Amino acid sequence: MKYLDEYRDARVAQELLEQIRGVQKRPWVLMEVCGGQTHSIVKFGIDDLLPGEIELVHGPGCPVCVTPLELIDKAHAIASRPEVIFCSFGDMLRVPGSKCDLLTVKSRGAEVRVVYSPLECLKIARKHPDRQVVFFAIGFETTAPANAMLVWRAKQEGLQNVSVLVSHVLVPPALEAILDSPWNRVQGFLGPGHVCAIMGYREYEEISARYKVPIVITGFEPVDLLEGVLMAVRQLEGGRAEVENQYARAVTRDGNAAARKVVSSVFEVCGRKWRGVGPIPQSGYRLRAEFEAFDAEHRFDVGAIDTQEPAVCISGEVLRGIKKPHDCPAFAKECTPAHPLGATMVSSEGACAAYYLYGRHLKPDNRNAAGKAGQAG
Amino acid sequence: MPDDKDHRVMPGEACPVPLPDHKQIVLGHGSGGKLTQDLIEKIFLPNFWNDCLARLNDQAVLEVNGSRLAFTTDSFVVTPIFFPGGDIGRLAINGTVNDLAMSGATPRFIAAAFILEEGLASDDLVRVVESMRLAVAEAGVLLVTGDTKVVNRGKGDQVFITTTGLGVLERPGEISADRARPGDRILLSGTIGDHGMAIMSQREGLEFEGPIESDTAPLHTLVAAMLEASPEIHCLRDPTRGGVATTLNEIASRSGVGMEIDVRTIPVRESVRGACEILGLDPLYVANEGKLVAVVAPEAADAVLDQMRRHPLGRDACCIGEVVAAHPRRVLVKTEIGGSRVLDVMMGEQLPRIC
Repeated sequence: MKYLDEYRDARVAQELLEQIRGVQKRPWVLMEVCGGQTHSIVKFGIDDLLPGEIELVHGPGCPVCVTPLELIDKAHAIASRPEVIFCSFGDMLRVPGSKCDLLTVKSRGAEVRVVYSPLECLKIARKHPDRQVVFFAIGFETTAPANAMLVWRAKQEGLQNVSVLVSHVLVPPALEAILDSPWNRVQGFLGPGHVCAIMGYREYEEISARYKVPIVITGFEPVDLLEGVLMAVRQLEGGRAEVENQYARAVTRDGNAAARKVVSSVFEVCGRKWRGVGPIPQSGYRLRAEFEAFDAEHRFDVGAIDTQEPAVCISGEVLRGIKKPHDCPAFAKECTPAHPLGATMVSSEGACAAYYLYGRHLKPDNRNAAGKAGQAG
Repeated sequence: MPDDKDHRVMPGEACPVPLPDHKQIVLGHGSGGKLTQDLIEKIFLPNFWNDCLARLNDQAVLEVNGSRLAFTTDSFVVTPIFFPGGDIGRLAINGTVNDLAMSGATPRFIAAAFILEEGLASDDLVRVVESMRLAVAEAGVLLVTGDTKVVNRGKGDQVFITTTGLGVLERPGEISADRARPGDRILLSGTIGDHGMAIMSQREGLEFEGPIESDTAPLHTLVAAMLEASPEIHCLRDPTRGGVATTLNEIASRSGVGMEIDVRTIPVRESVRGACEILGLDPLYVANEGKLVAVVAPEAADAVLDQMRRHPLGRDACCIGEVVAAHPRRVLVKTEIGGSRVLDVMMGEQLPRIC
């Protein structure tokens, strides 16, 4: 398939690995920021192929994982109302709140639908004027434009029966939180390709300069990721710290102006709580005052739900790159995708789930990798 | 909510208690993955236990007065009921024919039961039944008995069909999911994911250059041709729900062996790959309705593969890997770039990913 096969080419991958081996002299710890990148790394076995002295730790960029528990409980409360058609991206359905997941809410009679684009909610709302259509608007900057567009169009059309439950988070404040931590081990980042396709990478230039850390905006295919690693290691070995753009086929310095415009006209920046990490100031979006009528939390009066995350697993440390999934004693034992204990096991993009799905706990020749990660943690 | 008490945090636990076994049936219980296995192992098997059922093949092989019969049943619920490449009627015949064929039997007789929803257009029923008539003729079986029920509007989804099939085993030898041996070759009869993605792209309104068509087809003549090439066929499965990944795991687990496959050898149509990429699905877990996986003795593999490729339903057949003694009950996949990973059983339904 064009635009795909060339980025999964074994020969190109081997050449890049060869170059990485040639450049790398000292051990380095890199973090891939996005859940999608983590997924590819594990799916294609990339971390196994890299020299042992380059350690990849997995970042916070899994929107499903970091959606706070209380918001999921709110989603369940809203979805359970008989007048509501609750729409969501697919992988949000299995995420447990404090009691159950949306699939279970659905099995009890709630109408829960998977949509691929938030704009499908407009169609559903027009078709069911007597029902309330609620969209679970989660994600990073990547999904923000489409989610914003849903609200924008609903307002323009005067659709009274559409609202959104917003849990938007932003990448740069999370990177700063990681870099500010006294336990931080990350020496370079593979930056979030799709986020930057929307937002550009000027914000990352500031971070890179301030913390003197290389950031390579990187794509999601194996060849992208290997090239991203190569570029980051070159910077580290050469004593440079700047932003480089590996994913130039999708990302420009200024991003997508039209998308950013719709985002900033519908959303404003606010503090957000991240599941497993805690509150981070200025790290998310909420609806602007003029769109408050479309805020599901107001419309359904669920503001009072305040769930405390029960005493936790190590997902917070996994999300910040301090630990790896198999450092957790519950990993693949009490905690599996069927019975997730924490954020990073619930979404296929979560580091724990990716490790589980691709059998990191089962792989016979993986003892070294596990040992390596164990020492690191 | 009635079962809140089941989710409470137990004293002294550092982590939240896992969500307990489902108090209600969720859709994932029908996915063919781990949840389906749970249902079978915890509810059905203990209640109905007998040696024949416990083999967990897609059909029972029974000895009656010196004849060996294959016996199976399958229910079909699919939305939409008409889709590119087929419809629920054709699926209901081919599905049961294939379950019989996977034992090496010649399918002979079919029973069909219909659950119709009040309000179903009669024309639609006629279309489904005519399609079944053609499928029955194509498979060379006889539909000899049946049943009809109608349920209130909203209590069904247009039409559900259950078919039961009876076949005759004419050759000696046993084909069963517990017969894979180290060294055996793993053969696949063609492209994967066609059926599942035909349904899914129809549902989601995805359009490609030309529609993705379901591969629904009766496989018993292909199986007969393979058996003619060699009797050394140890396991046969049609990778329907849960896809090739689930089938391989079932065989590995039933036989207590490991498997190693190379993802680069597995044929996937461009349009299917495209649809999978868009929806964030893995074709290895997507349903097929006209493909089979065969585990064959190494010395017979070439002859069987040759014969498969001569058959119209096996033109793209290929060897995708090998049964190994190492890592029993685990399927390892060599990835596109030469890395490796474990191919596990799917948990519940495959859910599309966010980004």
